[in-house]
Amino acid sequence: MKIVAICGAGIGSSGILKVNAERVLKKLDIEADVTAVHLDSLEMARDAQVILTSAEFVEKIGKTFADVIVIENFFDTNELTTKLQASLG
Amino acid sequence: MPLPELPDGAVEIGASAEDWRAAVRLAGDGLVRSGAATAAYADEMIRMIEEHGPYVVIAPGLALAHARPGPEVLGDGLGVVTLAEPVNFGHPHNDPVSVVLALAIKTADAHLAAVAELANVFNDSNAIQALAAASSVAEVQAIMGGTA
Repeated sequence: MKIVAICGAGIGSSGILKVNAERVLKKLDIEADVTAVHLDSLEMARDAQVILTSAEFVEKIGKTFADVIVIENFFDTNELTTKLQASLG
Repeated sequence: MPLPELPDGAVEIGASAEDWRAAVRLAGDGLVRSGAATAAYADEMIRMIEEHGPYVVIAPGLALAHARPGPEVLGDGLGVVTLAEPVNFGHPHNDPVSVVLALAIKTADAHLAAVAELANVFNDSNAIQALAAASSVAEVQAIMGGTA
């Protein structure tokens, strides 16, 4: 399973998404490779099953086969858990 | 890499900012005072938000301003500003913002450990409110250091 976290800089916010997604996935016992990337390296997301991002980037990400999950509170692992479970379950 | 050190100069509490740009600039000033970035880094952080929208408001009341590693970054650093009056960034869910963090990272590869520490601090849902209410620089340092 490949999951990509996307933000404008590829550091900071996408890094936090990556770290917290990994924590949540571990708790859910789901094996996945989570990468933090910035918008300019979107090709890295081409074969991802899931894209984690904030609402601002959905349009820029455009058409994708991945399930795009919009996260509102990057520190709320409950939100991440619910949304990841809905997507992967 | 642990969270970058948070020297006194990198923290400003109860600051006044007339809008989000001023708030980000104040957080950037902290990075300048701690020697982590040049004044131009604040322009880069503002430019990222102008270009991509208020996505840096990653939790209710909290903005994590940052730009890409570049010549404006002199070292890894973190700046923290709490605002006397919160400002709006135009975020659909997480406005208004009363705590602005500025993150400067020298190399992208090294940043994840620092960001993991940030997650440790803020996965505690009380941390943002505690920061916003902090009445001293030491209190902010304690919350960010996980010792509060």
